[in-house]
Amino acid sequence: MGLTISFLAAAIVAGTPLLFATLGEIITERAGNLNLGVEGMMLMGAVMGFQVGMDTGNPFLSVLAAMMAGALGAGIFAILTVSFRTNQVVTGLALTTFGTGFSGFWGKQLVGQSIPQNLKTFFKPFPIPGLSDIPFIGPVFFNHDWLVYLGYITAIFLGIYLYRTRRGLNLRAVGENPAAADAASVNINLYKYLHILLGGALCGLGGAYLSLVYVPSWQENITAGRGWIAVALVIFAAWNPYKALLGSYLFGGLDIIGFRIQGTGFPISQYFIDMLPYAVTILVLVVVSLKKSRAYAPPKALGIPYFREER
Amino acid sequence: MLFKIVKRSEISKEKSICIRILAVLLALITSGIFILLLDLNPLEVYWAMVQGAFGSKYRIEQTIIKAIPLIITSLGIAVAFKMKFWNIGGEGQIIMGAFAASFFALRFPDLPRPLLLSLMIIAAVVAGGLWALIPAFFKAQFDTNETIVTLMLNYIALKWITYLQYGPWRDPAAQGFPKIPNFSENAILPDLLGVHIGWVIALALVFIMYIFMNHSKLGFEIAVLGESENTARYAGVNIKKTILLALAISGGLCGLTGMIEVSAVCNTLSVEVTGGVGFTAIVTTWLGALSAPIILVVSFLFAALIQAGSFIQTAFGIPAAAAQILEGMILFFVLGSEFFVRYKLTKNGGFSLNLKKEVS
Repeated sequence: MGLTISFLAAAIVAGTPLLFATLGEIITERAGNLNLGVEGMMLMGAVMGFQVGMDTGNPFLSVLAAMMAGALGAGIFAILTVSFRTNQVVTGLALTTFGTGFSGFWGKQLVGQSIPQNLKTFFKPFPIPGLSDIPFIGPVFFNHDWLVYLGYITAIFLGIYLYRTRRGLNLRAVGENPAAADAASVNINLYKYLHILLGGALCGLGGAYLSLVYVPSWQENITAGRGWIAVALVIFAAWNPYKALLGSYLFGGLDIIGFRIQGTGFPISQYFIDMLPYAVTILVLVVVSLKKSRAYAPPKALGIPYFREER
Repeated sequence: MLFKIVKRSEISKEKSICIRILAVLLALITSGIFILLLDLNPLEVYWAMVQGAFGSKYRIEQTIIKAIPLIITSLGIAVAFKMKFWNIGGEGQIIMGAFAASFFALRFPDLPRPLLLSLMIIAAVVAGGLWALIPAFFKAQFDTNETIVTLMLNYIALKWITYLQYGPWRDPAAQGFPKIPNFSENAILPDLLGVHIGWVIALALVFIMYIFMNHSKLGFEIAVLGESENTARYAGVNIKKTILLALAISGGLCGLTGMIEVSAVCNTLSVEVTGGVGFTAIVTTWLGALSAPIILVVSFLFAALIQAGSFIQTAFGIPAAAAQILEGMILFFVLGSEFFVRYKLTKNGGFSLNLKKEVS
């Protein structure tokens, strides 16, 4: 029992960077833009958050810097794909190249450094009074650092935004049928820009969670492909923020299961266990593509630039 | 709105090339500002980069050695991209090709050189092709998103090599250092004019792939399928078969890159065998407009950029990642410039004027 609780709690922590990135990509794709630069934006956020954390020792400033760095990457993507109508796949790949270079360049003098003690203290688990006393659920869900809680809140907030508000409805319309949304005088480009930027900020936050809380020291390529797993998780979650919670924590579990299995002395090479998240991602994609249901269909205008004059 | 965007009907080749060169210049200027912020003189750095890539016979040879894997991999990726199949699994396909070639090199080190090298080449092409067939099969059968699958397979291939390097293939003679034994003399590609023979293979493949993509039935079918699946279906193209064949070729070429790298450059297999070529080749493929001759030129220039990047790292202490930033910048600007190839901005000076312009 104690082992299960500690495993599930650790899975939630490991899933939190995936959750932020997945949520960011969900609202980006809901606006009809497929941004494959998640890995790049996460790295930009991770390195900027870490740098500001080292310089100021202020947790809020470092998180803010990370979000701005992610949004900066997303801004480049938005200008190119929305205003210049470039191919979204290639632009996203270019953003990942750029972001990887950016973090490798900036992080060169940070390698091996650890974040200041006061930041570590700030990001310590903080049990929520009352809720954390519930047996089983309490220690699994409500005994974490505040960014984990922010993850829950962001997912729920985005769910309400998408499905229960006028703006969310407009956003979904932009992703499904921009011509119709345009006719209903929704400002297409404004919606696309805002949500791509917000999506990038969330990816940056996911990266910062890795460098500030999860690791927490700087290492090159700190994301190790998590950005790409997030892109796959968007499909797994069927573009639904609530399902993103489930998917992210599931993959968080896969991420850490290797250490746990090794701890038990089970005779399997660590490298094969390391393959698990990637192999399961492929499996999930195949299973999802087998189910050709409407619930798993992407936004209809995903990947297609919108140009009023070419309707 | 001050400007009105009008679609261009026709644009001369010279003009479109001019726009692209202008984009690269803008990327260099933007990156130059970045270098200025580092308290360095951008002109000095750029000049040092040119020196680093072409300044001596040795450096030119190094640039060519770096260009070879880029050219071959880009040619492979171009086949998939032409079909709008986003194969970003070049890394994994290179690794699996390298793995298969190494298997023969380590298992049969004493075979006659021509026989062993041929075996290694065949094994590498087959292994790279098979690795690419996994996403191709899922795409053809279930329309599974290939971008993610190819990428995930990169990580799996890398873990597999890590396993071999730290486990069963570890060199017991390396005193605890985790490395795979070096190949025998017979498993190493010969040199020609100072550079290993891979450059001849790369040039030959540029020619072959140019013919294949432009003058063969399968090449044409791939292009049609890339334009529109419906058109392809009406034209009687066997869609599943085309996807599988194209990806076998795409992955096979990447696998060949793996063989050349382990045989001629590293002389052994290691986790660093790709050096990121699988990703850089995506950039060069796109900038090369998926056309074999342009890919040759762009790959060579990018190889120069990489060689220059490692040179300025030692000369100026600028991290080699700077070259990667420059790559990203150039790609951003060239992508953005395509807009001006396809559209033109006209001043919005009243309705009648616009009408006239559009008619003319």
